[in-house]
Amino acid sequence: MKDKTIKVDYLARVEGEGALYVKVKNGYVVDVKLKIFEPPRFFEAFLRGRSFREVPDITARICGICPVAYQMSSVHAIESIFGVKIPGPIRMLRRLIYCGEWIESHALHIFMLHLPDFLGYDDVVRMAKDHPTLVQNALRLKKIGNEIVKIIGGREIHPVNVRVGGFYKSPSKMELKKIEDDLKWARDFSIESIKFIANLEFPEFEQDYEFVALSHPDEYPFNEGRIISNKGLNISVNEYDSYFIEEHVPHSNALHSVIVGRGAYFVGPLARFNLNFDKLSDVAKEVALELDFKPECKNPFKSIIARAVETLYACDEALRIISEYEEPEKPYVDFSIKSGIGYGCTEAPRGILYHRYKVDEKGNILDAKIVPPTSQNLKMIEIDLWKFSATYLNLPDEELTWKCEQAIRNYDPCISCATHFLKLYIERE
Amino acid sequence: MRKNKPKLAVWKFASCDGCQLSLLDCEDELLEIVGAVEIAYFLEASRATVSGPYDISLVEGSITTPHDAERIHKIRKVSKYLITIGACATAGGIQALRNFKDVKEFISIVYANPSYIETLNKSTPIADHVFVDFELRGCPINKYQLIEVISAFLNNRKPNIPSYSVCIECKRKGNVCVMVSAGTPCLGPVVQAGCGAICPSYNRGCYGCFGPKETPNVFSLADHFLKSGVTSADVVKILRNFNSYAESFRKVSEAYER
Repeated sequence: MKDKTIKVDYLARVEGEGALYVKVKNGYVVDVKLKIFEPPRFFEAFLRGRSFREVPDITARICGICPVAYQMSSVHAIESIFGVKIPGPIRMLRRLIYCGEWIESHALHIFMLHLPDFLGYDDVVRMAKDHPTLVQNALRLKKIGNEIVKIIGGREIHPVNVRVGGFYKSPSKMELKKIEDDLKWARDFSIESIKFIANLEFPEFEQDYEFVALSHPDEYPFNEGRIISNKGLNISVNEYDSYFIEEHVPHSNALHSVIVGRGAYFVGPLARFNLNFDKLSDVAKEVALELDFKPECKNPFKSIIARAVETLYACDEALRIISEYEEPEKPYVDFSIKSGIGYGCTEAPRGILYHRYKVDEKGNILDAKIVPPTSQNLKMIEIDLWKFSATYLNLPDEELTWKCEQAIRNYDPCISCATHFLKLYIERE
Repeated sequence: MRKNKPKLAVWKFASCDGCQLSLLDCEDELLEIVGAVEIAYFLEASRATVSGPYDISLVEGSITTPHDAERIHKIRKVSKYLITIGACATAGGIQALRNFKDVKEFISIVYANPSYIETLNKSTPIADHVFVDFELRGCPINKYQLIEVISAFLNNRKPNIPSYSVCIECKRKGNVCVMVSAGTPCLGPVVQAGCGAICPSYNRGCYGCFGPKETPNVFSLADHFLKSGVTSADVVKILRNFNSYAESFRKVSEAYER
């Protein structure tokens, strides 16, 4: 086979900036680098000296797509220091705002960023010309997710209502009831879309992944649980730093996470689905099984199905919460400030998001550590690209490049998060 | 389809992607927008790109690397109108907090091998580097204001974006003032409207997402905070968020730091 170079300067339909470099020599893939040139913003550094009260507002700004995740991981970490116990209705509101973010973020990725790859379009606008109803419905689904975040949080991007101890203001039952009919529609459309998505064509590609996700005894995980894997990991959140380390590699402004002694791992919708299938709602389980989509799915291209099943679950769970919700007497609980170290890990749309804070006796931040899902997936994405490009080297360059982009998008990488976009080079020598 | 639709480009610098996401968050309007303009360059949404020049360039993010300081000039050259969107592009963003500290120390806190990291000492707004036709405020921007600005430029008129304070929006909503009634420090009197006075509507003080309003008296407000029991150190923190490097906020926070 001829040695050559294929180059795509900016990989599109991902959040943030990066590049991929694949080098092929004598018919073998000899190097793969996922270059992250998203400029670093140093959140962990400028959090030092800030008050714990400001942390949910500041860390939200790490990501415009999943700000709720940053707010949730940060408040849970800080509450663990102060020993705050969150009562039922506030806990339910936190699950509900997370449902909104999952619906909004998953709908964005499934229909606007990833589906165009499967159907052969450059983008959703071109896809809309041939599939107008599908795109209109997808936009409506996304809007309903955003509406939940807006009612509870005040606005869709960077909500203002989340605080340590709960919320500044709790929504009334009536305000939440307003979106019930929309959510019922969203649930029906999600069922329809899973069926459509499960029947797409998927490249034959599997790896023996270590899937990592939160696991909770009674529910599909959002804010709480132990960190588990399909290879025997089962730890509490405060043990995270003993099992996971971040490596700094020269070609990336994002750190790469690995499991100590084992290497790369896989977080996100497919990992959650594989590890928490039995905790899905009945309708989500039924639809998945009907389509023979069940754990343990090892094809990363099928992440899009897992994302669609989770969207259905989030609609279902939101409806359950709204029907059971009673407005709390007070939107937050009181607590006393003390010094210490706290740990938080929640399930962002893209996978587990770990926060650790050390605060002084006034509640000022002495040290912060934030590990976003994308930096946990980066090493796995590189390994997928090694194997995937080696398997499909006989494809024409243009097609191989597009397929590699699609393989990256399986993980819905958010590079704004991970640095604290992607360019693609395939070099054949 | 009508030929020669105006070409729209979306560019990203150091940011969270939230402001360009606002364009995709126009769920009810998106298909109409793409009917009126050609999305010629918008990598978050499309792998297809059309070469310039562009009629409107929307720029998100601040300048923080030597490479980006060069890139913004190239974008200016191919753009008829350059509009910055959001607090990063108009004021340096949250990452401008480095401007008050030693960036080398920041790098070593976050990264194990500081030599791999290329970054400038300061995070600066786009207008520090090139001429900007319009600055749209917000962290994040208000999507309806974004649609207003795009349609104004397409129709050769001035965008109808108020430069008065959050207080005006707040009063119009009929909120009880959080500063008067509960003594909560609130930046509303010096911050530009646009968000819809969300924070006071949620029982908290404004924390300044839209940056300083036209002719704000920040010293006077900071003095009021002090009199109501806020420490100087906390005044500095209140002014140092997403628009910390905007001149009128910066001057006061630096004065209170001394």
